[in-house]
Amino acid sequence: MSTVPCPECAAEVALEAGTEVGEIIVCPDCGVDLEVTGVNPAAVQLAPMEQEDWGE
Amino acid sequence: MQRRLKIGVLCSRIRVEEKWIFSSLEKRGIDFDRLDDRTIGFDLDNSAQWKQYDAVLERSISYTSGLYALRILNAFGVPTVNTAAVAEACGDKLTTSTLLMKANLPQPRNVVAFTPESALQALEQMGYPVVVKPVVGSWGRLLAKINDRDAAEAIFEHKATLGSMQHQVFYIQEYIEKPGRDIRAVVIGERVLTAMYRTSPHWITNTARGGEGELCPVTPEIEDLCLKAAQAVGGGVLAIDLIEHPQRGFLINEVNHTMEFHTLQPISGVDIAGEIVDYTANVASREFIQ
Repeated sequence: MSTVPCPECAAEVALEAGTEVGEIIVCPDCGVDLEVTGVNPAAVQLAPMEQEDWGE
Repeated sequence: MQRRLKIGVLCSRIRVEEKWIFSSLEKRGIDFDRLDDRTIGFDLDNSAQWKQYDAVLERSISYTSGLYALRILNAFGVPTVNTAAVAEACGDKLTTSTLLMKANLPQPRNVVAFTPESALQALEQMGYPVVVKPVVGSWGRLLAKINDRDAAEAIFEHKATLGSMQHQVFYIQEYIEKPGRDIRAVVIGERVLTAMYRTSPHWITNTARGGEGELCPVTPEIEDLCLKAAQAVGGGVLAIDLIEHPQRGFLINEVNHTMEFHTLQPISGVDIAGEIVDYTANVASREFIQ
């Protein structure tokens, strides 16, 4: 399990095994949504805001 | 040497459904590429890059990106699940309603108008309460239950002033006193795989809005209606949402073309992701030339 600093609050966020690029994880400290942009090495960025045409 | 089947998975945000789909593709030993709709580009004069795929499975979280990508891929001759025509039929609620109407299938009563004034007139003929929905949208977002004229005037003015052009299409549906639940059924090809009740004390029962899932038996009536609904929009991999009307029975409320099944797969025990992959592989195999 690797960790990466939250770009919003700098807390260490853990990436669990099996995490995929493109997945959304939540920072346990500040609650912001983060999009995983890399797993090896771990990287995240603030997730884009939900758009009006998103869904199923 | 035989060429292996190759599948493209068009996606952006990776939900648990996409993870299950990737895992099913890997388990079956199917060669696949992830195609992120935020990073790809299409040259309309050059289809070679896309023709390497025997089929593309569309799982975009953005309806607009998914729809236009499907249109281009289908024009290139690349088979897709679902097709652009099906995405268009399902992604716009008014288009879905017109196709259900054409197929003479039961659905809630709908009225449509294009200005706040004519929407008010249409609404008053129907009577309160009503539900106003954006024609494009999901997860129960921006649905409004309107109980009286004051609320109607306010909501229509907000939509006309603040909304995009799509919000100038006033799609107004009768409000149905459903029994605290609706039904979500999954259709793949000619089969209804499984179904669940989505229960909530709130009138919006989407699981994205906190609705809970409970297995629903697929009765012959549900099966028949869901297959007809799927056929009406063109067929493929679809989720049919039904409402139980206290007098009129089952009504088709929506048909979803890039369905989420994070609740239904675990409670039903049905490998929906695996079924989607098998269906996509079959579509690919139809066009597959060794």
